[in-house]
Amino acid sequence: MESIAFAGNKGDRVRSDCFITLELTDNSGLDIQLKSKVKAMFGKDILKLAEDILNYFEIKNAILKIEDSGALPFVMAARMEAAIKQLVDTKKEYLFDIIEDNKFTTLKDRFRFSRLYLPGNTPSLMINAGLHKPNGLILDLEDAVAVDKKQEARFVVRNALRNLNFYGTEKMVRINQVPKGLDDLDYIVPHGVNLILVPKCESAEQIRQVNERINLIRSENNISGDIWLMPIIESALGVIKSFEIATSAPNIVSLAIGLEDYTADLGTRRTNEGTESFFARSQVVNSCKAAGIQAIDSVFSDVSDMEALKQNVLTSKLLGFDGMGCIHPRQIAVIHENFAPDEAEITKAKKIVLAFKDATAKGLGVVSLGTKMIDPPVVKRAERTVMLAINTGKLNENWMEGPAI
Amino acid sequence: MKKYDKLVTNAAGRVVPEFFNGKEHTPYLGVGKYRPTGRKYAPPIATCADYPNDGNKTVPSIKDALIKADIKDGMTISSHHHFRNGDLIANQVFDAAHELGIKDLMWFPSASFPCHEHLIKYLDDGTIHHIEGSMNGPLGKYASEGKMSGLGVLRSHGGRYQAVQDGDVHIDIAVIAAPTADAFGNATGDRGPAACGLLGFALADSQYADKVIVVTDNLVPFPCYPWQIHGNYVDYVVVVDQVGIPEKIISGTTQITKSPDRLLIAELTAQFCDAAGIVRDGFSYQAGAGGTALSIGIYFAEMLKKRNIKARFIRAGSNLYPVKMLEDGLVDYILDGQTFDLEGVRSMRENPNHVNTSPFTSYNYHGKGNFASLVDVVILGATEVDLGFNANVVTHSDGYLLHGIGGWQNCLFSKCTIMPIPLFRDRMPVVIDEVTTLCGPGELIDVIVTERGIAINPLREDLIDKTKNSGLPIKTIEQLKDEAEAICGKPSKPELDDEVIAAIKWVDGTVIDAVKKVPGK
Repeated sequence: MESIAFAGNKGDRVRSDCFITLELTDNSGLDIQLKSKVKAMFGKDILKLAEDILNYFEIKNAILKIEDSGALPFVMAARMEAAIKQLVDTKKEYLFDIIEDNKFTTLKDRFRFSRLYLPGNTPSLMINAGLHKPNGLILDLEDAVAVDKKQEARFVVRNALRNLNFYGTEKMVRINQVPKGLDDLDYIVPHGVNLILVPKCESAEQIRQVNERINLIRSENNISGDIWLMPIIESALGVIKSFEIATSAPNIVSLAIGLEDYTADLGTRRTNEGTESFFARSQVVNSCKAAGIQAIDSVFSDVSDMEALKQNVLTSKLLGFDGMGCIHPRQIAVIHENFAPDEAEITKAKKIVLAFKDATAKGLGVVSLGTKMIDPPVVKRAERTVMLAINTGKLNENWMEGPAI
Repeated sequence: MKKYDKLVTNAAGRVVPEFFNGKEHTPYLGVGKYRPTGRKYAPPIATCADYPNDGNKTVPSIKDALIKADIKDGMTISSHHHFRNGDLIANQVFDAAHELGIKDLMWFPSASFPCHEHLIKYLDDGTIHHIEGSMNGPLGKYASEGKMSGLGVLRSHGGRYQAVQDGDVHIDIAVIAAPTADAFGNATGDRGPAACGLLGFALADSQYADKVIVVTDNLVPFPCYPWQIHGNYVDYVVVVDQVGIPEKIISGTTQITKSPDRLLIAELTAQFCDAAGIVRDGFSYQAGAGGTALSIGIYFAEMLKKRNIKARFIRAGSNLYPVKMLEDGLVDYILDGQTFDLEGVRSMRENPNHVNTSPFTSYNYHGKGNFASLVDVVILGATEVDLGFNANVVTHSDGYLLHGIGGWQNCLFSKCTIMPIPLFRDRMPVVIDEVTTLCGPGELIDVIVTERGIAINPLREDLIDKTKNSGLPIKTIEQLKDEAEAICGKPSKPELDDEVIAAIKWVDGTVIDAVKKVPGK
């Protein structure tokens, strides 16, 4: 093995991160050198953490250089462990206790209007992400992480799942493409992940492999709790196989579509109108609805154009999607606002729900509104609309107790 | 002579010197407690017969003007900061003084900027003895490390006017760089190649200095009208090639923030103001030129537009955003203290409702009333806030003196003072047990808005009551501090030397705190 290792980031623009240089020596003891912008406040804590980690991995002789730009403890520990494991072969993991706020599982059919992508190796973008209240936060190990940073990102993502407050948003991770991505699972499955995105998915076999590995890790670690899968369809083949994928396992909660890769695969390019992806989007929606799961649309990449995003969301909703990805926190509100039902939809849905309630109370088998008969699927859709309206803050949950319409 | 002497504990519990820079000073007594008596300070009597009949007061160079003004060792030289980091004149004044072999000058700027790093060599060689004024960046670091011969003294903009008016500071020579002037000395900031809007920070200097030198790169025939500085106060006029660098006069901070976290804080602040009933027809506010403050102004504008109401006035720091509100009819007046961009300059020049103000009009302790206390809500920043709602705006948590007070202390007197701040910066908690340096007493600070919650000063039961069912994340200041510590850890206090390197004045001229030396590395 090498005798010197590096991990983390440094430079003028780097924040909430640190850069570690670790050199194992023969018998000179521990030499810890600290340069930190928060030295006046946390110098002693940082040195104590560094000593503790080195002791934990039984390193007695080393020169450790920490160049700190204000890394939180879980980030610094991840960086140190990433450096140590380049030099020392060990299965041990240095973990802080999971914070109470992160000890939650999620339901299969919870709302997934928005899910915010966060690069897995950029701690500064993670720290406040949950405050913007997307439905889910995705710690990305795939395309948002440089190839040579993939390994160190795993430690950051693992520690973030335990110690970064998600403020109740669903804890999601996008692993690398299977089979390479299977090894990512070791870093996330035991640490409270709620949902795993499986990118560039083209077969039920890939899902089988993911679930097999998840179950192996769970039995080894004696852990339970639901872990959901969201395969991402990003190729022509994936679109054709989408129904097979959607029905391949009971823990699949939705399919997402990734249009950048898909349009590249077709040999075309993405346009704002989206004509080139109309078939793929419709196919994915149809596969999802046929399988009884949620359909999630691709991200919209122009983060400065909120009006275009809005149009995109409205189209997406019209096609039957239940949510979409986002790459900037300011997109979240626009996505929620426009996926949510509008006033006319809410008013109509309320009337139908009340009519249904009324009919049920009277023991009538047929629901009618005015002179119109209401079919059961219409009632179901109305109930869903009302639930969406409540969930997005457009309707008080006690609306039935309010004044009559 | 000792730099300082007679340490006492003031009414805020802070240990401060009663004697420094050769004079006695009063320790802080509490808000509104200090009431000096006697008569205001006055400049020497001038006689118009001593000045040229043709009104031509021009002299060939800054050096000639300083010689004519009888520059001597130990004098106080003042300048203004309307050119911000694009100022070319203050450095030249001390170059000239240095060439003349003058020593021990006191520089009395209304603020300093990184461009004034040039002056460190004159602090080293004794040309300048010490600085009384905000010390940003390199000068703050120099002072923090104990290298200055005298004690730094930081005053608010209003406090600077107060100090000049009650004689705490005697200005021997005021140098007023002016974007446009005539040979009689009438000067304005609203036009010319280096237009900066107004010259309010130089008003006290023009009125009270023994000698006043106007320096311009745009000499116009008499009269330079409208005049912001009147020629009757001016002794000499110097014409130079360039007084300021326009692109650096325009502040770099006048962009709406793109940071989602800051936008979240801005949005919460605007929502709080709305829930508290502050945003109503005829209200007034002050928001600075920082990204978060600007965004709050935009949220206010949206609320006004939606409800078809208008604000009565905005206190500014103006730039294109308040100007747009003025031109869109969302506000009746901008009362402007300094102009941050060319849209602000244009508006001030063209729009009679864009009013140029000075520390005298805005918040002068020796005035017969205080505009600042008429403002409905003011949005301010801070480097630290503590459990008593006390705030620091001059030092960082490592003890370094890095910012000036500006109008910050003066603005605390508004009807509602809100500080939108991040709960922590990287790993540095902003809400802490006790501020490193006390600049603003907690009794004047009403609300802290962070991305993780809003704390209302328990003294403001009215605000607590109005916002309790707002759905906003209202917490106690203790809860906010605990939340910061749960994420960052509990911060140690910086280990500082006992030596005092600067005094912080309150708006009334009393000493509210002292800044300690940062130990050498």
